[in-house]
Amino acid sequence: MATDDIYILGIYMTKFGKYPDKDTVDLASEAVIAALADAQVTMKDIGVMAAGCLMGQGGIGQMIQKQIGQTGIPVYNVSNACATGATALRTAIMAIKAGECDMGLAVGVEKLAGVGLLGGGGAPKSKNKEWTPSGRFGSVTNVDGLIGTAAMPGTFAQVGMEYGHKYGGATFELFAKISEKNHAHSTLNPLAAYSKRMSLDEIMNDIMISYPNTRPMCSANCDGAAAAVVVSGAKLKTLSLEQQRRAIKVSASILTSDPYQEACQVLPDVNTLTRIAAKQAYEQAGVSPSDLNLVELHDCFATAELVHYDNLMLCEEGGAVDFFNSGATWRDGSMPVNVSGGLESKGHPIAATGIANIWEVCHHLRGEAGPRQIEGAKVGLAHVIGLGSACGIHILEKSAL
Amino acid sequence: MTITQVPLVDYLVLGDKPHLTANECTKCGARYFDRRNACASCFATDFKKVTIVNDGIVRSFTIVTFAAPGVPVPFVAAIIDCGGTSVRGNLANVDPTPEKVTLGMKVKLTTYSLGADDNGLEAIGFGYEPA
Repeated sequence: MATDDIYILGIYMTKFGKYPDKDTVDLASEAVIAALADAQVTMKDIGVMAAGCLMGQGGIGQMIQKQIGQTGIPVYNVSNACATGATALRTAIMAIKAGECDMGLAVGVEKLAGVGLLGGGGAPKSKNKEWTPSGRFGSVTNVDGLIGTAAMPGTFAQVGMEYGHKYGGATFELFAKISEKNHAHSTLNPLAAYSKRMSLDEIMNDIMISYPNTRPMCSANCDGAAAAVVVSGAKLKTLSLEQQRRAIKVSASILTSDPYQEACQVLPDVNTLTRIAAKQAYEQAGVSPSDLNLVELHDCFATAELVHYDNLMLCEEGGAVDFFNSGATWRDGSMPVNVSGGLESKGHPIAATGIANIWEVCHHLRGEAGPRQIEGAKVGLAHVIGLGSACGIHILEKSAL
Repeated sequence: MTITQVPLVDYLVLGDKPHLTANECTKCGARYFDRRNACASCFATDFKKVTIVNDGIVRSFTIVTFAAPGVPVPFVAAIIDCGGTSVRGNLANVDPTPEKVTLGMKVKLTTYSLGADDNGLEAIGFGYEPA
């Protein structure tokens, strides 16, 4: 293990679901305390902390510290849409890489159960009915629903449909089959918010939210938290053999934003920044997509999963439909994707997601995933997209010990 | 003459031949429907008004059947390729069903009334109907 490598020393995710009697600080504290225990360290060892809670008020990091240990270390409260958790983790990693400390903590938490539709809508511009232009578009009223849709299900529906326009074959049934896979995978995950297998018929005949996304094809709003302890290779060498054996190498940690593209002002481009991040991640890690044993990617909607097969270069460019139809992304396929059940069934407590997907990969690399273990997993990739946009990709490798 | 109509957004130009306009970067040609401080593509700060063609093809769409409170459903949200400029808009005068709305279908700009405000000013919106 090289001294300038970064490792995940401890990691934890709460069960995702509904916690009416717990607040965000309770959930985050549970995740942090358990991640520290998993790492076999205490807050005394932590030199930096990064925390995120997208829908909460500011200062979540300090609020958590008051429940787990106030040691005076720097706290970075981060916010990067659905990539908030990955951003928190990357912030802690950067601090270690910069040599500011040798151990860091990242935590993401959200309470979203029952929140409903995200994005779009908004209050009328004026109480009186008066058409007065305002804002950068000089609009006289809210345009959501009048000029396309700003809500997430429709936005990502168009992302998937655009792929279909470009390459063909992206039918309603195909997208529903992707969802069928993830719901099937979730039956093995006791931490998933929903772990019920759903038939293709059930998925296609459920409530249509935004064609072609029916309700089970949308990520599930729920409560949850995840936390990780990261450590430098130099520090890890001084720790116990047991800690070294369970440590997971962070072979790549990448964050990108969306570069200008012609159409990005009318439909967020979630493709280009993911492709760029993936390319950088494979280069940084020195691995190729074919080396991956499992992938957790951002299936905020079934329509999104399809395009990310392509963006993450798991298949030939334009070949995502055939790739999925080959069965490759089922857990017994050549490239298991979202064996956790994905955001569609595991759930998507926004700021927790970017660490929870890393927890899932680590769980397999450590050989601790029980009935849903991907046998012999050595390398995995975790991907998140925050609309606006931010893309986080981490490539993780099993300890050499 | 008293103004009696106002466009839903300032990039919709009303009159005899309603059409959309964009702010085009004079350096690289990138087009923006909103006011920009600098070009997101090349960082230049000079823009000129250009006309967007009214004809286009549907590059992507979704049929929204569940929306935020106050947003009437169903409606078809689409991305239209208008001569190389991507436009966001609703489809009009077509059944909001996957049988009637298809990728690649040809459409053209149309306008409609959003009604008058308390001062009698009428707002005009736009959409795209099958061509």
